[in-house]
Amino acid sequence: MFQVRIHGRGGQGVVTAAEMLSLAAFDEGRHAQAFPSFGSERNGAPVVSFCRIDDRPIRLREPVSAPDALIIQDPTLLHQVDVFAGLVPEGYMLINTPRTLAELGLDEFVKDFRAERLMTLPAGDLAREHTGRPLANATLLAGFAALSGLISLDSVVLAIEQKLAARFVAGNVAAARDAYAWVRRAQETPAHA
Amino acid sequence: MRRQLEGSRAVAEAVALCRPEVICAYPISPQTHIVEGLSQLVKTGELTPCEFVNVESEFAAMSVAIGASAAGARAYTATASQGLLYMAEAVYNAAGLGLPIVMTIANRAIGAPINIWNDHSDSMSQRDSGWIQLFAENNQEALDLHIQAFRLAEELSTPVMVCMDGFILTHAYEEVEMPTQEQVDAFLPPFVPRQVLDPDDPVSIGAMVGPEAFMEVKMLQHYKQTVALDLIPDIAADFERAFGRSSGGLVRPYRAEDAETIVVALGSVLGTIEETIDELREDGMKIGALGISSFRPFPLEAVRAALEHADRVVVLEKALAVGIGGIVTADVRMALSGLKLHGSTVIAGLGGRAITQASLRTLFLDAHSGRLEALTFLDADWELVERELGRMRELKRSGPHAENILRDVGAVAHKAV
Repeated sequence: MFQVRIHGRGGQGVVTAAEMLSLAAFDEGRHAQAFPSFGSERNGAPVVSFCRIDDRPIRLREPVSAPDALIIQDPTLLHQVDVFAGLVPEGYMLINTPRTLAELGLDEFVKDFRAERLMTLPAGDLAREHTGRPLANATLLAGFAALSGLISLDSVVLAIEQKLAARFVAGNVAAARDAYAWVRRAQETPAHA
Repeated sequence: MRRQLEGSRAVAEAVALCRPEVICAYPISPQTHIVEGLSQLVKTGELTPCEFVNVESEFAAMSVAIGASAAGARAYTATASQGLLYMAEAVYNAAGLGLPIVMTIANRAIGAPINIWNDHSDSMSQRDSGWIQLFAENNQEALDLHIQAFRLAEELSTPVMVCMDGFILTHAYEEVEMPTQEQVDAFLPPFVPRQVLDPDDPVSIGAMVGPEAFMEVKMLQHYKQTVALDLIPDIAADFERAFGRSSGGLVRPYRAEDAETIVVALGSVLGTIEETIDELREDGMKIGALGISSFRPFPLEAVRAALEHADRVVVLEKALAVGIGGIVTADVRMALSGLKLHGSTVIAGLGGRAITQASLRTLFLDAHSGRLEALTFLDADWELVERELGRMRELKRSGPHAENILRDVGAVAHKAV
């Protein structure tokens, strides 16, 4: 089983992100379960959502406390919430920011993990470029697809088409394709990560 | 068709496939997405003929359902928590009048302190109302139980609650097999009311009944539920033949045949319990589970048959009967009367506290080795309780409990999960 935890703020589509991830995994014939951290339905409040992906039906119902991957939609949370809690040593992490991990002051933290699996992505900028809004949930999923190889870009696109309102699809798909390519390029030049 | 859907959406579509003619609802978390979905299906004409009535309260929701059902319409509503309490008088009336309304309960705690998260306090508060209560383990079962519920309700002329864990199921995206309209139509015949308000053939419904007959009308309610003990497995078997999957029934044993310790529970926590049992089975522990799908009627014989060979029974409950402890426990003990079994009650998950595999593992190890006390609160922080008790001893005017304890906990919103 692969467990993902997504951190962001109310209004950033954090819950939708987990739902789209589950749709993408489902489209690939896998079993998936997505659910929100409940109760913080306020704009700006810290929100957490979860997605489990497995090759067999998922029965576990508890929140994800030891994630295999973290997606952080809002870097301002790094100083407010223990977003890294429980990340497994082999885990992946993608942070939405134009800054590098070093610039975020995460040098010490990343030493305990596999460097090539931790990355930042200017997903908000890419989303703004294509949609006019910095809502980066779909863009980050595409980046995560490239980073982890867990799901394909095609499945992310399919999930965007299924989940988002028609008028948001084209822009988000374009941003997603850009994000996927951005991460792939960054992987080829690790210094950039 | 297999689809990846939110639990609420799956239930809304399943209810729509049952062709309800009147839906009345007042929104309350975590039920809201279900009735939003249904209102949309009515508005777009996908569900027709059906009248969606926006009412001003839960009391009105159940009252409209009663009126609609008495007029011969297939009626549906959904609620949770305080909403269920607010409609309580009408809930009893629906059952007493024998009206086959189906209602979803998106299970949520009851205040005070106000809390929107999941436990079973709301459904449990209405367990003696005369409604049948079916509990779903996952979203597939929640979907399936609604289709079975309409048939059960209408065959018996008794209302049915389908209970699904709020947020944990209602807000979870997972795969479900959505039946076709043809399949549901073949399984669920059109509603033929046993009693109907018809101007061409007038009757009155809702007579005042004095001591001369009140007991008999109540006995009839009880009798119908004993009939349901046969009907629920029959309908579940029919459902399995028609839809090719097993859902519902009275009880659901899991690896219980040779188990020395059996854990009894209701609802979605069974999934996490089953995962934990698989893990402990690998270590050689003889442990199993018994899911209770039908809480009302309570299947005394089926529960006894599933548990009687065990040495220990742990009842894990998502509700607390203040002043005694377990609610389900009392019924399980009745089922086991005369047997010498070690029994214990575990209160877990109140107000949405996560029930984790790690905690269940420790709990089951303790239970299996006889270290579990008669009443346990899973993952409870006794120190917090002690501190408040200390304040009460020191100060006459120690203030409100909830606010004091929250102050001790600190800013809960800052916790990651």
